[in-house]
Amino acid sequence: MAKSRKIPEIAQKTSTFCPGCGHGIAIRLITECLEELGQDKNVMFGIGVGCSSLLGGVLDTDRLHCLHGRASAVCTGMKRVSPDQMVISYQGDGDAYSIGLAETTSAAYRNENFTVFVINNTNFGMTGGQMSTTTLPGQKTTTTVHGRDCTKTGSPIKFPELVSSQFEAAYVARGAVTTPAEINKSKKYVKEALTAQLNGEGYSVVEILSPCPTNWGMTPKQSMDHIMTSVVEHFPLGEFKTREAK
Amino acid sequence: MGDMIKGNHALAEAAVRFGARLYAGYPITPSTEIMEYISWRMPEVGGAFIQAESEIAGINMVIGGAACGIRSFTASSGPGISLKQEGITQLYDEELAAVIINVVRYGNGIGTLYTAQCDYLRETRGGGNGDYRAIVLCPESIQEAVDLLGEAFDLSEKYRTVAVLMTEGALGQMMEPCTLPDFIEPKKNPWGFDGKYSYKKIGIFDRDSMKEAVLINEKHDAIKANEQRWEAVDVEDADYVFVSFGLPGRSTKGAVKALREAGHKVGIIRVISAWPFPEKAFDAVNPDVKGFVTVESNATGQLVEDVALTVKKSYAQNKPVYCLPYVYGIPSTSAIQDDYNRLLAGEIKEAF
Repeated sequence: MAKSRKIPEIAQKTSTFCPGCGHGIAIRLITECLEELGQDKNVMFGIGVGCSSLLGGVLDTDRLHCLHGRASAVCTGMKRVSPDQMVISYQGDGDAYSIGLAETTSAAYRNENFTVFVINNTNFGMTGGQMSTTTLPGQKTTTTVHGRDCTKTGSPIKFPELVSSQFEAAYVARGAVTTPAEINKSKKYVKEALTAQLNGEGYSVVEILSPCPTNWGMTPKQSMDHIMTSVVEHFPLGEFKTREAK
Repeated sequence: MGDMIKGNHALAEAAVRFGARLYAGYPITPSTEIMEYISWRMPEVGGAFIQAESEIAGINMVIGGAACGIRSFTASSGPGISLKQEGITQLYDEELAAVIINVVRYGNGIGTLYTAQCDYLRETRGGGNGDYRAIVLCPESIQEAVDLLGEAFDLSEKYRTVAVLMTEGALGQMMEPCTLPDFIEPKKNPWGFDGKYSYKKIGIFDRDSMKEAVLINEKHDAIKANEQRWEAVDVEDADYVFVSFGLPGRSTKGAVKALREAGHKVGIIRVISAWPFPEKAFDAVNPDVKGFVTVESNATGQLVEDVALTVKKSYAQNKPVYCLPYVYGIPSTSAIQDDYNRLLAGEIKEAF
């Protein structure tokens, strides 16, 4: 147990995420997996705009704060010239799926050999809780004050399902950071995704459902419960594409 | 003298020889032959070629390559370069070295396919959001384009900034004899990511913009002091000095020669570095010069603004600055001579 509580060396700095935010857990899982795979000193991050920006202050690794939505394009460039290093895109849903949908999708389409982590909290957190493409039907945000009307704004986008059904990705999953059991499953997904990249198997993406108590107007506990009762109805958890047995 | 080669192909081959190992871009006339050539050439030398989903993605892939310290470049034209601006200002902000080739075509919006110089102000003023300048080099021939491409890579790394090679549609499409450079060994710049966090960065929210502003100005001052480039012909005794660049500059040199033969005391400053603007070139000009005349391939006159600012700084008394904007294309030497005579006859008023 002592070993499991050790904070990874590359993520020792204090973060400034809101109380009850799920980003910290996701970062912990990613950095733990990197350390366990012996890749924590062989990694570079493309960091998105939004709450994921705050990751930049946490990590002691090579990292570039990418323009809004472009992390998958930056990571493409990084990986093409650094095939022996681990390359990770760390973004939120607004960054990866709204403004960055072209870059995120195209990297998956090309089956680029890097790993994308999308922290999905169903809204634009950093800018104060606007609708994103993952906002739930009826969810109130600062730009859907009467609740999201999917007849005018579209329905929540399911990127892992898109990638796993249409493209030739190596590994695709969706996890959550709500309960110890889900956190453990998410860690397995993260490790599978990183292992796929490490072995040169191709594109890997893990979407992680994460609470946003500040913008949801809920307590941290209510937020966690909300994910497991409501959010998962639209964003089912699990592996959508598993690694092929070698 | 080297073999005949198309301008865009020469730049693509030269970039490989100068050690570039990442190209990412999106097709657009009249620059496309650069990426077509690179698409098969880069893999031959173990480099990365990525046909991006957009110009925006292309420049961000260049950011990724540059962040790893690898010589990275892209090429485009007109609206494609507009799309790249968010990445160009980001490259500058991150102090990454990269080269952008703008094969300029005429027009606003979607524009046209005519060769032109309408992007002068955009390129020399940074182009993207914020408060920065890129080094901008303007060739008059394919040979000079190749030579300046090498300088663009070197300067972008020396100052850790963006260097733009501003060519023109015609220069990309035409063929000329050109001696290509020798191969140099590709290098990885020390600031490039290696996965080991060898090059430390401060946190995104820990930056001090007041301190950075001082450094920005120091960088710009150093570039202005050291990197002005121009060609001057017959300016020491000239009554009127033409100022031009690129293919129209080459044409203007011809006009100056013909006007001299006809007894007119004229000279030319051909601008090679549009930024830093070659203010030093004006030191050699006849102190009693009667005026300056820009020759440009755009609609409204753009270079003329930099000339007017420099003349204002260089002379105590007012010196008129005229502009001959030929909209698009390459003005003929005879057209320039005719317009010069109209100017002497008072038919063309000064712009400044």
